[in-house]
Amino acid sequence: MQTDAQKLAVAPSTYVRMSYLEAIIQAQIEEMELDERVILMGEDAAVYGGDKLLERFGNRVWSTPISEGSFTGVAVGAAINGLRPIVDLTIASFVYLASDQIINQASKLRYMTGGQIAVPLVVRACMYSMKSVAAQHADRPYPFFMNVPGLKIISPTSPADIKGLLKSAIRDGDPVLVFEDTRLWPLKGDVPTNPERIIPIGKADMKCEGKDVTLIAIAGAIRPTMQAVDALAKQGISVEVIDPRTLKPLDHEAFKKSVAKTGRLVIVEDAHPVCNVGSEIAAVMVEEAFDLLKRPILRLSAPDIHVPFSPSLENDFYPTTERIVAAVRRLL
Amino acid sequence: MQLNGDQKLEAYRRMLRIRRFEEEGARQFKAGKIPGTFHLSVGQEAAIVGACLALRRDDAMTGTHRSHGHPIGKGARLDALMAELMGKEGGICKGRGGSMHLADRSVGIISESAIVGGGIPLATGCAFSAKVRGVDQVTLCFFGDGAVNQGTFHESLNMASLWKLPVIYLCENNGYAISTSIAQSHGQPDIALRAAGYGMPGVTVDGQDLSAVYEAARQAVARARAGNGPTLIVADTYRFYEHAFSLAIRGKPYRSAEEVERYKRERDPIVLFRSELLKQGIGDNILTAIEEDVIDAVKRAVKFALSSPTPCPDTLLDYMFSSPPPDYYSAVNGLERN
Ligand SMILES: Cc1ncc(C[n+]2csc(CCOP(=O)(O)OP(=O)(O)O)c2C)c(N)n1
Repeated sequence: MQTDAQKLAVAPSTYVRMSYLEAIIQAQIEEMELDERVILMGEDAAVYGGDKLLERFGNRVWSTPISEGSFTGVAVGAAINGLRPIVDLTIASFVYLASDQIINQASKLRYMTGGQIAVPLVVRACMYSMKSVAAQHADRPYPFFMNVPGLKIISPTSPADIKGLLKSAIRDGDPVLVFEDTRLWPLKGDVPTNPERIIPIGKADMKCEGKDVTLIAIAGAIRPTMQAVDALAKQGISVEVIDPRTLKPLDHEAFKKSVAKTGRLVIVEDAHPVCNVGSEIAAVMVEEAFDLLKRPILRLSAPDIHVPFSPSLENDFYPTTERIVAAVRRLL
Repeated sequence: MQLNGDQKLEAYRRMLRIRRFEEEGARQFKAGKIPGTFHLSVGQEAAIVGACLALRRDDAMTGTHRSHGHPIGKGARLDALMAELMGKEGGICKGRGGSMHLADRSVGIISESAIVGGGIPLATGCAFSAKVRGVDQVTLCFFGDGAVNQGTFHESLNMASLWKLPVIYLCENNGYAISTSIAQSHGQPDIALRAAGYGMPGVTVDGQDLSAVYEAARQAVARARAGNGPTLIVADTYRFYEHAFSLAIRGKPYRSAEEVERYKRERDPIVLFRSELLKQGIGDNILTAIEEDVIDAVKRAVKFALSSPTPCPDTLLDYMFSSPPPDYYSAVNGLERN
């Protein structure tokens, strides 16, 4: 058994096995060590994964009063004036309180001032869509922000990807929103130890190669999707899985490349269906790659209903492995 | 401590620059040269300039939708401001911001917020950054009496006090938020009293008296620079014109013509300051020379603005990002697809 310190230390080996959540913390530690302008702020920052950061960076980790709308704006002001803040909004449903400062200030200031102002800001939020937290804690609000120019949005699914992309976000000169999915936090994977290994914002990744159908899976939906891949393989169906990793901008070229091979596309995500990532991908594919498609595009998502409390209602709320399998089979 | 002779003349010059710039802007607006809306600061010049004069050039500042006075008060050049109002390429924001957003970074203005109350957290964060980085920069935050009722005011004052941030909250209290008076919107009409709720000093000054505003701001700046935290200053002032051009206020008048006339006649901050200067022995000829100079500068600004080219449509995507992601524009701009 390795201790936390051993796991998180920059080991001589190129990779170290760690969880998604540990990779998030490791990315922040490395970037804070590399750049003293990087600071972290949020409610109870010392508690939610911040204890390790607090030990090392005391005065650069700030626990804020419960004032989402304003401490996010404080971070915007600090970003304009020489710091590179990471704001941890914890539960993604609280992003709505901060949305005025994210949308009306952070995303617009550079453009509105003709480039005089830069806002190098990272906003982290976790999507807690399971375990009966019910409607006011279970949102997946990334589609709202995709409609805002000037924001970049990432939502990777593997420990290596969150580390590499979060590091890119922290180094970016513009505001970046990070939507983490708590369904992914415990997942383990090999993560590069080299602090300079970053993953560029805007590039999708093929998580599994196949030839019959392309599955694009967003955030936590990758888990039932990968199970569906196994189930389909047993039935002799070969599926290619693409993780966009970055939701804004979307890597449409990667999607087209895959669909050129398979001719069939299913998009799986946990957000509500109206104007979500799937809508956007489907629209662009129809506009630009209609000729590649042998069959209609299918989208799987949560229904247009608030997340229910009772486990008996919640269990089947998001796309399940069975529904993904059925959707793929419908296209064959 | 009093303003020295040079500072007094500079104060007079900046107040006049705001007044003449806006009067000329209003003419250009009526002539169709300035699109959008246009909020005048006429009547509020002493509140703006008095506070700005207490700052160093490298101190930071945020402004509001009433956006022309703040940069001028902080010392900005007039030509790029006027060009911005006309939506020109030579504008301070390259024609992307326009009135309500005349940020001029070169004099420390980090933004002007057209979202009422939106700039208060930004100023607070600017001061937070100075504290974290250990520099002695102070931030001045302007907002109106209407903005005091926004949540951002309360949340920001709490954090600034808690963390002893070097920020000065300056309320330009002109008594009205568009048509809504303080009596109609404030449970506690004495705005300075609200500071007590956050453990910081709250002072009210006569916003038509430049020296009084300057003195209050000077003390607040000293307190902030010494690491003792924020101050709320309420400068009681008055706007001489309507809330904004292009905004028709219908129905029953919300303030009497008599009230407006009385302020214009008896409480004009520029007239009051001019007679104070004369009383202190500054020659009429010196003030007249400044007045002519300002008229000249405004004329040159208009000339510059009118002759500046309009932004080229090819540059529409400029200034979106400091580092655009790979293939960003082809992936999301929608232009290449159409
Ligand atoms: C969040 C928000 N709500 C409403 C408005 C519309 N609005 C523009 S100016 C204004 C009045 C602001 O009053 P005050 O803060 O006192 O500033 P003043 O106009 O008196 O300088 C209002 C309501 C706005 N721009 N932003």
